[in-house]
Amino acid sequence: MASARDLRRRIKSIKSTQQITKAMKMVAAAKLRKAQERVIAARPFAGKIQEVLARLTSANSGVKHPLLEVREPNNICYVLITADRGLCGGYNANILRLNAGLLHNRPGSVVAIGRKGRDFFRRRGVDIKTEFVGLGEDIPFGVAKEIGQTVVDYYVKGIFDEVHLVFTEFKSAMTQKPTTMKLLPIEPPPPVEGEKSLQIDYIYEPDPEQLLAELLPKYIETTIYRALLEAKASEHGARMTAMGSATDNAAEMIDKLTLSLNRARQAAITKEISEIVGGANALD
Amino acid sequence: MADKNIAVEIITPERVVFSEMVDFVVIPGVEGYLGVLPMHAPLVGGLGIGVIKTIKDGKETKLATSGGFVEVNNDKVVILAETAERSEEIDVVRAKAARERAQQRLASRTHDIDVARAELALRRAMARLKAAGAE
Repeated sequence: MASARDLRRRIKSIKSTQQITKAMKMVAAAKLRKAQERVIAARPFAGKIQEVLARLTSANSGVKHPLLEVREPNNICYVLITADRGLCGGYNANILRLNAGLLHNRPGSVVAIGRKGRDFFRRRGVDIKTEFVGLGEDIPFGVAKEIGQTVVDYYVKGIFDEVHLVFTEFKSAMTQKPTTMKLLPIEPPPPVEGEKSLQIDYIYEPDPEQLLAELLPKYIETTIYRALLEAKASEHGARMTAMGSATDNAAEMIDKLTLSLNRARQAAITKEISEIVGGANALD
Repeated sequence: MADKNIAVEIITPERVVFSEMVDFVVIPGVEGYLGVLPMHAPLVGGLGIGVIKTIKDGKETKLATSGGFVEVNNDKVVILAETAERSEEIDVVRAKAARERAQQRLASRTHDIDVARAELALRRAMARLKAAGAE
């Protein structure tokens, strides 16, 4: 059995670890709330732009645009969104596993957003086309715009024939789902309200082709922005859950060790008493 | 007509900036300013750099914007703007500095500057100043 001193030292060390995990849990909870608000605040824009795009493409089905053009998928690109930091349970591992599986089936390059994804695939010798790391907490739309422009540029120049977005979808604080979706070529979303909106005779200013040329890149940027926000919220959710269970585990360990410590102390006292009694008896 | 209003919503990727019933709204379209009164025909258009002006009971609200889209339908105007700043949110000092910089860059016209970019920056700064009422 470990000595009382060793036990005390271990309890002390676990207690300080527990304090850290507890603080991280609370910080993650606060950040999660903010991240969730941002996800919700971004929804109206994303929904509306999708609606306008659906209307434009369905009303002008003949329109051509480089971003709508489907090519033989020879070169595939995966835009992977991970966290910059660890200590968030299976969050990074899950998304990396999904992307590794995709790469195994259809090899390609990676545009890494987040340190974890970049490091993981760099170690494995996967081509990292571009990286965006250290984006921080409040991701401005400008970042999504930059990423969007980069990807669109690759696509238009023909460096990639297909671009997929790999990110973690935020379901709730407890559940996050690694997902993938095709970013390019753009598959026009179906009309939202059905036939009703098609009957309205819209005035287009400028003409639909020009509008579409403006709208499509914006649609990509909005989609990336949404994915970034969802991934951020997922990261905080995962971290909160992971740190919560770490705190619980620490508490359990402290209880067990305290029990052993008390037993060890009792044993030592009993031993001492019996020694004294033994000594006293020997004198008689 | 007087009892008719239009609902104006200005949405940026980050949040809904403005959502109110107004009497009249002026939108900076890519092909020129565009005034919308109740009963306007359905329209989908591009949004340019400029100032969105709404009038409600004779009171004006101005917002600086830098491009996006606008949809008018059924007395509802939805403006999808990349940025939209209310006049009171605008940092006049920064906008003035930005205007100076852009003007200098345009004036010097060395071969390595991006003229189109400087012009856009200048127009954005001017729109901000106009919305803030500093000009």
